[in-house]
Amino acid sequence: MVKKGPIFSFFALLIVLGIIIGFAVNPIIHRVNLGLDLKGGFEVLYQVEPLKAGQKIDSDTMSNAVAAINKRINVLGVSEPNISIENGHRIRVQLPGVKNEQRARQLLSTTAKLEFRDYKDRLMLDGSDLKPGKAKVAFDEMNKPMVTLQLKDPKKFASVTKKIAGYAPNNQLVIWMDYQKGDSYAKEAKKSKPKFISAPSVSQELNTSDVEITGSFTAKEATNLKDLLNSGSLPVRMVEKYSTSVGAQFGQDSMKETIYAGALAVAAIMLFMLLFYRLGGLIADLTLIFYSVIVMAVFVGLQAVLTLPGIAAMILGVGMAVDANIITLERIKDELRGGKSILSAFKAGNQRALPTVVDANLTTIIAAAVLFALGTSAVKGFAVMLLISNVVTFLTSVYGARLLLGLLVHSRALNDHPWLFGVKRSDIRGIK
Amino acid sequence: MELNEKMNYKHYNKFYDHFDFMKHRNVFFIISSALIIVGILSLFVFKLNLGIDFSSGTRVDVQSTQAISIEKVDQAFRAMNYDPERPVVSGTHKNIATVRINKELNQHQIAEIKSKIKSQFGIEPNVSSVSPQVGRDLAKNGLFALILASIGIIIYVWIRFEFLQGLTAVLALIHDAFFIVTVFSLFHLEVDILIIPAILTIVGYSINDTIVTFDRVRENIKLSRKRLTTIEEYSSIVNLSIRETLTRSLNTVLTVLIPVVLLLIFGSESIRNFTMALFVGLICGVYSSICIACPLWAVMKVKYLDQRKKKRTVQTQA
Repeated sequence: MVKKGPIFSFFALLIVLGIIIGFAVNPIIHRVNLGLDLKGGFEVLYQVEPLKAGQKIDSDTMSNAVAAINKRINVLGVSEPNISIENGHRIRVQLPGVKNEQRARQLLSTTAKLEFRDYKDRLMLDGSDLKPGKAKVAFDEMNKPMVTLQLKDPKKFASVTKKIAGYAPNNQLVIWMDYQKGDSYAKEAKKSKPKFISAPSVSQELNTSDVEITGSFTAKEATNLKDLLNSGSLPVRMVEKYSTSVGAQFGQDSMKETIYAGALAVAAIMLFMLLFYRLGGLIADLTLIFYSVIVMAVFVGLQAVLTLPGIAAMILGVGMAVDANIITLERIKDELRGGKSILSAFKAGNQRALPTVVDANLTTIIAAAVLFALGTSAVKGFAVMLLISNVVTFLTSVYGARLLLGLLVHSRALNDHPWLFGVKRSDIRGIK
Repeated sequence: MELNEKMNYKHYNKFYDHFDFMKHRNVFFIISSALIIVGILSLFVFKLNLGIDFSSGTRVDVQSTQAISIEKVDQAFRAMNYDPERPVVSGTHKNIATVRINKELNQHQIAEIKSKIKSQFGIEPNVSSVSPQVGRDLAKNGLFALILASIGIIIYVWIRFEFLQGLTAVLALIHDAFFIVTVFSLFHLEVDILIIPAILTIVGYSINDTIVTFDRVRENIKLSRKRLTTIEEYSSIVNLSIRETLTRSLNTVLTVLIPVVLLLIFGSESIRNFTMALFVGLICGVYSSICIACPLWAVMKVKYLDQRKKKRTVQTQA
């Protein structure tokens, strides 16, 4: 007698899960954070070096530097920036989807130390004398771009300008960006492209807090300067040690190709399982769909970034998830061939396969965990996906498959149909 | 099912049903030793084609809307005063060229390359630049990760099975990892950062296969209900266990090989070497689990038992 209850439950379960997945797929896919290898962008590893001799690079300096970088990235408007400290003295900055790479790189690594010096390079004023966040771009009467600043103390500016005016004819107030030891006004002034921003002449004492910097810059350069001044100077010097940038077209193509290969692979695996394990394969295929959706959902939930190696790990994960099904189904086949009934073969097969699946998956989890702990960007993306895949495998390919197949087995509809598991009647012991 | 029943129960006509894995163990050992020797020689003669990740320098991937010619790429870089090393054309439409420059570039140089190449070929290129220190750190980290993962696996297998099985499982795994390195050295494939996840995946898979077989060995020893001592007794257990798990091993490796082969054919150019490493490693992994790990374990186990017996005899005589 076939029991209808379990069969009903089986289809009801499938329909409910199907509806949930149908509604979940779209929002999940739209929330996937793509890494820079998939949507273009760049990644730079900076070595942090002291600005002045004797300056110590400790964790405070590092977090100050990261804070300054963060402010600058906000200016750029990148949606998913990732900044991390590595090895105690390196900073990795990842900017996926950034539009103007060159501007971004310049903005990131410039120390942005604004200084006013006299013609003999003596320091008069520096960034600490400015009111923070008050730099603006304006245009003079010739419609040339300039940057306006506000000083904290007009008296200090008055005394400085008085001093400079007294140096006539060497009455230049030299405005430097990132002045380094050894730079000199006398040398730079002779060059066609001097290192300093500008060197206006001061003819009288100026008792004001408003300063205008005019120079030979374009509107774009003026905006850059304003952004740099407003986000504050970096407390350290940053040297690019590693960089990789991916063109947007490259990223899109890689993603398309890899997803295409992945879709083909999943289809091929499903077909293979269906042909080799029949009904068991069908159940495995169903759980594989759930597996893929859950893996993506967890991945999105963790706000992890999907990279090319991540997609590869996901496709590999499909193979591993199916492996759990294969181990179990092979065991069930063994038991069926040994002459057991469908029900007891199902029970024994599941029971005996479980420790094998656990051992097999745990060893992979060990490897993935080590990768996650030690790996950097690309490797980490791979490890996260591998870890999620392995954990979800237990849920879908072990418990999910057992639940679904169990319902069908318990309905007794499969009794005396070992071919549904891919077992030939002539292979069963005791039957000639 | 009892073991003796199992031994003579009807087989279902698989091609490997009568293959004696233990009898041919020395052939397998010789093949693997030969491969390892070839690998060592190759590392000395051909060395490894280290990508910039592990050394230093700059790599530019130039993409064009149509097929690309090496000469044009070469000229473009010489015009910017760079000395491009071995440009390689790839991609299904032969529209990608990869160029290496033997030095680290700063952000201005990279910006120049990007804009000039874009104006000439139409698509923004990929540029990666690595300084020597970072490359060394990456390689060190990778090796460290491999060693740590191996130790973790040995300990786990030791707890769940026995030490000798853990040892042979890891020997098989090192064998697989080294084989990947051998193939990359022999065929001069570029070794980049992705080789580390590739090797670790293979480590995971190879150990998977090995453990599934050892699991069956353990079960069959329990079922045999007697103390095994001779190599013949261990041989029959190992042969039986391998045959019983072989369908699973082959099917599993097949389901993983399917995506790998498809990625190799249709996947992105940037992970080609990664999938290549997986392909080589998977095939080597299934071979080593079946033909190396189990037979090697049986041989070592019998030797260990013999020694213990000798020691005991000496002790009782004294």
